[in-house]
Amino acid sequence: MATDAARQRRTGGHGAPAVLGIPALVAVALLLLPLVAVVVRAPWRGLGRILSDQQALEALRVSLLTATSATVLSILLGVPLAWVLARVPLRGVAVLRALLTLPLVLPPVVAGVALLLALGRSGILGRLLLHSFGFGLPFTTPGVVVAETFVSMPFLVLTVEGALRSSDAGLEEAAATLGASRLTVFRRVTLPLAAPSVLAGSVLCWARALGEFGATITFAGSVPGVTQTMPIYVYFAMQNDPEVGVALSLLMVALAVLVLGLLRDRWLRAPGRR
Amino acid sequence: MTAAAGNGLRVRGRVQRGSFDLDLDLTVRPGEVVAVLGPNGAGKSTLLRTVAGLTPLSHGTVEVDGLVVDDGGAAFLPPEHRAVSLVFQDYRLFPHLTVRENVAFGPRSAGVGRAAARAMADEWLGRLHLAELAARRPAQLSGGQAQRVALARALAAGPRVLLLDEPLAALDARTGAQVRGELRRHLRAFDGATVLVTHDPLEALVLADRLLVLERGRAVQEGVPQDVARRPATEYVARLMGLNLYSGSGSADGRVVLDRGGELVAAAGTGGARVLVAVRPAAITLHAARPSGSPRNVWPGRIAGMELLADRVRVDVAGAPAALVDITADAVAELGLVEGASVWLAAKATDLDVYPAP
Repeated sequence: MATDAARQRRTGGHGAPAVLGIPALVAVALLLLPLVAVVVRAPWRGLGRILSDQQALEALRVSLLTATSATVLSILLGVPLAWVLARVPLRGVAVLRALLTLPLVLPPVVAGVALLLALGRSGILGRLLLHSFGFGLPFTTPGVVVAETFVSMPFLVLTVEGALRSSDAGLEEAAATLGASRLTVFRRVTLPLAAPSVLAGSVLCWARALGEFGATITFAGSVPGVTQTMPIYVYFAMQNDPEVGVALSLLMVALAVLVLGLLRDRWLRAPGRR
Repeated sequence: MTAAAGNGLRVRGRVQRGSFDLDLDLTVRPGEVVAVLGPNGAGKSTLLRTVAGLTPLSHGTVEVDGLVVDDGGAAFLPPEHRAVSLVFQDYRLFPHLTVRENVAFGPRSAGVGRAAARAMADEWLGRLHLAELAARRPAQLSGGQAQRVALARALAAGPRVLLLDEPLAALDARTGAQVRGELRRHLRAFDGATVLVTHDPLEALVLADRLLVLERGRAVQEGVPQDVARRPATEYVARLMGLNLYSGSGSADGRVVLDRGGELVAAAGTGGARVLVAVRPAAITLHAARPSGSPRNVWPGRIAGMELLADRVRVDVAGAPAALVDITADAVAELGLVEGASVWLAAKATDLDVYPAP
């Protein structure tokens, strides 16, 4: 009797109704099949040759350099911004927060156009930069960093801000009554407690910066060794030499999996949080 | 550390937040412990936050050792510059720091070097018998231990004013009693002004040199614990201290006409002034029939409720006036008391404490 009931539960109890199960299967196929295809169709035999190709290595170098720089820049600017959004009771902060999330939903190409109009050689601020310092951002490696930061910093800001808002402001009060200045409170209490969210936000930010294509190519172009990042190189390789494109795509998938692994391992393992 | 005796703490002013209005007038000398008693929402915690600099005064002044730290306007010294430590009800220990780092936090913030701050922390931990917990994190502490660490952390910051918000409220009864004894010792050793907020009368009586009773944002009574316990000024305090309290008009022959109905006769006349009458529940006796003989105060009543205390029964008697009466358990049986039963109450005139209403 009991085994019958168990068997029935095992076969019927946990099965999903077809109305939900079939769309779910389609979704899984849609999300995973392309990735499987990359792995299956990758030119495994020629992989070594392709990945040691000079231009590919250059693109990889530019990608890693700019994505990491954009992440560091996002941390330096974005963590203070997150603090202001979470802690400063200014009017209009809600509106500001909404505006700051705009880059998240904006088509990246549009972001590139906007950057050109602001920081291009004849842009609002760009003209001033060129005039005063003889320095223009477009088509330079720093230009790539700016484009990637524009697109990826909101990920970090929103992650950290959410953590700060739900964190215990009481601990900051306690620190103040113990004689800690506001900067000391931030450095010794707020930041350490927000560290897991800063880490998680940084990883998201880095991954987004690494994959950036639209804003970068619009604002910084595709100069090999200077502004040509991996995604841009892959795009052009697919037109000239698809084998190279697929091999590099495989590399990007591997990087993405690595990032996910990092997130899973270290994300919510907060030090000493109750 | 800071042995120089200052003027202690002086607070005079108001805090207004929407419909909430807290009117403060409090002076605490160095070395003195003042307990602030009051029901929830009376403004006790706001008082502490105001002194600590977490809530500004609307107007008035807060002075710490003669220095104005808040004048209700431009002169506002933020918490970190006040030399005021606050032990929060929920302790608020830093979860990412060890016990030693928590205690060293104050000295470190004051610019003391790492090693020196560590040594100071160890000294305080030793004094509060916490040395063996130095390397633990707050999550690994029991409630009583966390309370002591919070106290050590507050004292290590070298405050001139120490504030404690319901220090024992989060502890179970047994731990609370034990920590209360230790706390009394540490507060005696502290040479600054101490303000302790509580709603536990026993805590106030044991720990404080002086009591301040706060109700709805107003100080309703202030005095040494014995006086407050013996002659409460309001029903809230009377209930806290376990007394019957009646307000009424006195007269020269000792009769007091009570505001809520009934009349009591005291041993001495009071003139026609507004008076309060305090009667201990044990000073009232219950009788099945009208007692004959000496008691000057005899009136009928009806049993409204009974509660078994440790060694006696507290009987709630409706009547004019209503009263709480303590009798022995066998008296309950002997009188055959049940809820709704009619009884007679009696009290000697000499057991009534009559004093002017504030």
